[in-house]
Amino acid sequence: MLRLLPLLLLFVMSFNASAAVGETQQSVLPALVEQLPNTKLNKMALLIEQIAATSTPQVSDILQPLMDGDLYYLKANKRVVSVFKNQQKQYELTDVLTAEVLPAVSKSAIKKVRTNNRLRGQIRDLLANLDLTNADADTRIAALKQLLDNPNQAGLSAVNKLIKSEKDDDARELMSVILLLDQLETGTISEKLSAAKQLGDRLEPTVKNALVKELDRFSTESTSNDSTSTDNDSSSAEAKELKTVLTNAIDSIEQQASVFSLAENLFFGLSLGSVLLLAAIGLAITFGVMGVINMAHGEMMMLGAYTTYVIQQTFPNLIEYSLLMAVPAAFLVSGFVGVLIERGVIRFLKGRPLETLLATFGISLILQQLVRSVFSPLNRQVEAPQWMSGSLEINPILSLTYNRLYIILFALMVFFSLLMILKNSSLGLHVRAVSQNRDMARALSVKSSWVDAITFGLGSGIAGVAGVALSQLTNVGPNLGQAYIIDSFLVVVFGGVGNLWGTLVAAMTMGTFNKILEPSMGPVLANIIVLVSLVLFIQKRPKGLFPQKGRAAE
Amino acid sequence: MKNLLNSPSVNNITKKMSSLHFVIAILFVSTLYVTVCNLMFAEGSLLHVSDYTVSLLGKYLCYALLALAVDLVWGYCGILSLGHGAFFALGGYAMGMYLMRQIGDRGVYGNPELPDFMVFLNWTELPWYWAGSDNALVMILLVFAGPGLLAYIFGMLAFRSRVSGVYLSIMTQAMTYALLLSFFRNEMGFGGNNGLTDFKEIFGFSLQSPDTKLALFIATAVMLAIGYAISHFIVNSKMGRVVTAIRDAENRVRFAGYKPEHYKVWIFVVSAMLAGVAGALYVPQVGIINPGEFSPLNSIEIVIWVAIGGRGTLYGALIGAIVVSYAKTRFTAIMPEAWLFGLGGLFVLVTLLLPKGLAGLVINLMDKIESSSNKQTASSNSKPTTASKIETAAEKK
Amino acid sequence: MIVDKQGSPLSSADNLSPDTRHGMILYVEDVSVSFDGFKALNDLNLYIGDGELRCLIGANGAGKTTLMDVITGKTRPDKGKVSFGQQIDLLELDESEIARAGIGRKFQKPTVFEALSVFENIELSLSGDKGIWTSLFHKLSGEQKDKIDEVLKTIGLEPERNYPAGRLSHGQKQWLEIGMLLAAEPRLLLVDEPVTGMTTQETERTAELLTSLAGKHSVVVVEHDMAFVRSIARKVTVLHQGTVLAEGSMDEVQANKDVREVYLGEEQD
Repeated sequence: MLRLLPLLLLFVMSFNASAAVGETQQSVLPALVEQLPNTKLNKMALLIEQIAATSTPQVSDILQPLMDGDLYYLKANKRVVSVFKNQQKQYELTDVLTAEVLPAVSKSAIKKVRTNNRLRGQIRDLLANLDLTNADADTRIAALKQLLDNPNQAGLSAVNKLIKSEKDDDARELMSVILLLDQLETGTISEKLSAAKQLGDRLEPTVKNALVKELDRFSTESTSNDSTSTDNDSSSAEAKELKTVLTNAIDSIEQQASVFSLAENLFFGLSLGSVLLLAAIGLAITFGVMGVINMAHGEMMMLGAYTTYVIQQTFPNLIEYSLLMAVPAAFLVSGFVGVLIERGVIRFLKGRPLETLLATFGISLILQQLVRSVFSPLNRQVEAPQWMSGSLEINPILSLTYNRLYIILFALMVFFSLLMILKNSSLGLHVRAVSQNRDMARALSVKSSWVDAITFGLGSGIAGVAGVALSQLTNVGPNLGQAYIIDSFLVVVFGGVGNLWGTLVAAMTMGTFNKILEPSMGPVLANIIVLVSLVLFIQKRPKGLFPQKGRAAE
Repeated sequence: MKNLLNSPSVNNITKKMSSLHFVIAILFVSTLYVTVCNLMFAEGSLLHVSDYTVSLLGKYLCYALLALAVDLVWGYCGILSLGHGAFFALGGYAMGMYLMRQIGDRGVYGNPELPDFMVFLNWTELPWYWAGSDNALVMILLVFAGPGLLAYIFGMLAFRSRVSGVYLSIMTQAMTYALLLSFFRNEMGFGGNNGLTDFKEIFGFSLQSPDTKLALFIATAVMLAIGYAISHFIVNSKMGRVVTAIRDAENRVRFAGYKPEHYKVWIFVVSAMLAGVAGALYVPQVGIINPGEFSPLNSIEIVIWVAIGGRGTLYGALIGAIVVSYAKTRFTAIMPEAWLFGLGGLFVLVTLLLPKGLAGLVINLMDKIESSSNKQTASSNSKPTTASKIETAAEKK
Repeated sequence: MIVDKQGSPLSSADNLSPDTRHGMILYVEDVSVSFDGFKALNDLNLYIGDGELRCLIGANGAGKTTLMDVITGKTRPDKGKVSFGQQIDLLELDESEIARAGIGRKFQKPTVFEALSVFENIELSLSGDKGIWTSLFHKLSGEQKDKIDEVLKTIGLEPERNYPAGRLSHGQKQWLEIGMLLAAEPRLLLVDEPVTGMTTQETERTAELLTSLAGKHSVVVVEHDMAFVRSIARKVTVLHQGTVLAEGSMDEVQANKDVREVYLGEEQD
């Protein structure tokens, strides 16, 4: 089935073009197809050419299976079919002309239409070039990219013809690159020179490879020539110029490439930073604002991730919407557990931070084991909705995956909504009042115990929401939370306890720093270095990047 | 609680016999008992102590020494270290390196110089930090120097910047986590994932032999006794009082002319070395050391031993380590699922209901009995109870 | 922030004695401290004579505690000069060095070592070598025991000598802390609100104690309780918004126009 998918797609695409195809060609095709079973191999090339020349939507349905060796004809009536061998070892047939599905038959009832390697190569090129004339610009561009990486004569001549009429800018640009590359490879020195000059700003890997190849060939040639013959001056001067132009072009490409790879690392860094931010932001509330050390914070995230899993299991048909449902659900689940923990344990340990740390660590163990017992110790599969997959392509070497993009957006959304809640709502006012002066707030009839529970619930709920995001990035298992707890504490402390903006800056800094180190030293060492430098930083500046100053901080 | 103030009593037991003598006596008697029962009674006899049990007990005693180390910094100095497993593991690795070299050419690859894992990684020579690792004296030096140096550097940085409380705990956890990640790397030269194992002999004695196992057990008991004596000496010296004072009011200590950071670094280093010794004794008895020992969970488990036993009393740490480890052995055998529930529950219950641990519970009980019998004789001039001391400390925290 | 370097000006205990040949033990000159733009101290000048008993008064936020913090090394000023005697620059020392140089401080909130006995609290505060190795092998000499007994007698906590300090009443803790200062034999005592939480009787005894200390020691008392200040003060310094508003005897200060302006209403009762 999977093998048929591209065919199906091709079919759908080419269907669009059918309106433009003339009646005459439509009627020629069956006659040509009829000849397929009887044509000798040496006449086959011509026939294939003719079939392709009809430019009907069925062409790819015929040529693709022919190339793959899946094109057969029924011995009984010479009807040409494409064949798919199913799991019961039966042969499922589809009429290539009508796309009618015929009853499955056994091997003996059909016979393969013969091809050879040369023909297959011809078909490959024909198929690729077929899309060059497709009405859909994206299909044309895809075909051009294909051609760029595997150049062939038919394609080149097609491009040569089409470039004048091409309306899409991107496609036309690609076409000129293809032609320039050809020129670089086969042209005279002066042609090569002009091609190399124009190719200097292209980022496609193929272009760079071609330039490098040309330079290599050129240098070996010139060294061998130097000893034997004395070329005339003008050509050797040109040759020299070509050499510098080639070198410059390669340099400029490499320079741009390094800029974009930096941009890519930056993007990775920001997305890692967003994950850290999501993980730390709930902690910034419970630890930063309330001063409660919740070692079970990671498990709140784990609960959020498992909530996503449960929702996907409950509504298997709504995977596309599962994340939207999971966000509020995870908030409620983790928030509720958070309130339970606050009411059940933490409030009895007020003012004893080290004990709170130990008790909540115990809770984290219990939650982990609970999940292990309920869901099994193995990782659970959380599916990604369609809209999370794929990527935004900015240029040939830089593309941003959608899931990372969404995580960044989501983290910022959560961050700013939290900021708004703390700043503008009455809950926020109470939270800040209690965190700054508990006794005074109580004297002003703020129910501090109620505020504590709600604040803790809020922090835990946000951790749950973070868990939903994490379920899209990592394995969902009982240890999910553990991996993040140390990092998120460091983020909060690094940013300055009680300072949400500090948490944002700290998370992003840590993420980017990590990802910038990663290419040169690998993920583990990068992680270690980030950890160690953070520990060192915090020891130098115990109050973090943005400390709260003055007497209140003492 | 307050009424104790008006009726302080003399704790007869602690007066007649200090806890030091008591603990050492118990250690001596039980070690003797295990030794005799292991050697004199044949297998199958009711009194026989199996070789397996000897090794297991040896392991518990290592844990007890480790708990002692944590109690020294947490119970007395208020430094909640969530990274003491790192010192334990470093001591263990120092011993592991030595044991690795003792394998000689009996490894799978038969290389007389290089341990198997290095041959496997195509290394051609020992890394510089393995130099001298086949020398027992160097090993002993490393057991102290490795953990000591790490503790010194970490302590100098942390305590000088006055990082304390929860921040410090998180830092120590990050420290052990970073080490965990590092030791997982093959490039570190400590066997990566698998760690160091397949040891053959120690000081020329086969590790498989029951006699060696018994000797290791006795050695552990002796080291525990020495460690206990040292700790006892420290906490009962003026040093111990300064350290306790730092726990309760660091600023006051500073304004009294002491440099708390120096004291903290010192006690942290001593404690790290004790932990390192525990690790070094542990490795030959279990036959392996791997990066798992660095995991933050291990370190925090030590803390719960001390919390359950009763921090701020040295014997409490021993009791806690042995009781919880025994429970773990039993539980993980019977119903492994329940162990984490149990451990987690212990964390919560002990912090909520038993802030002074088992030791505090016992002392409180004894005090109550005595104070009711001594009510008439109590005078305001008598010694305060141990319980009241601990109680105040616990209230303070 | 932390001045803790090798080759500190105080390498041995012998150099610690402040040079008071000009009759002054503490010089605070042009000191400014600000927190986040808020000026806690603003070009403050203060001189304390050797053996003097000085009271510092001022409303909340006038900078009293910040001044104490600056003198004892807890807070570093943005600018200015603080010296102990003529030659010891306090800005180069950290808290413990300043304490060993002979400046003792009693906190606003009584701070004692709660888990230790009253006796041990005093013991730790005795002057002498505060290094690690000395502490480890230290044995109390007969002289030191006598000194502790003497201090215990002075502060009236002899009967409670073996009590854990955590079980003392608030007033007793205040006394214990003063006792700890005495044991350290400082040249200069900074006493922050010593009579908070004390009964009238205890307050009277405190007043007596502080006045008896003056002469041998220099004493700076920060206090809100005006009756108490009146009962002990010879010279009073009024702080306002981080600077000295007035200085003189209690009567002079109360008659001062600026002071009356600032405190009108507050001091009328």
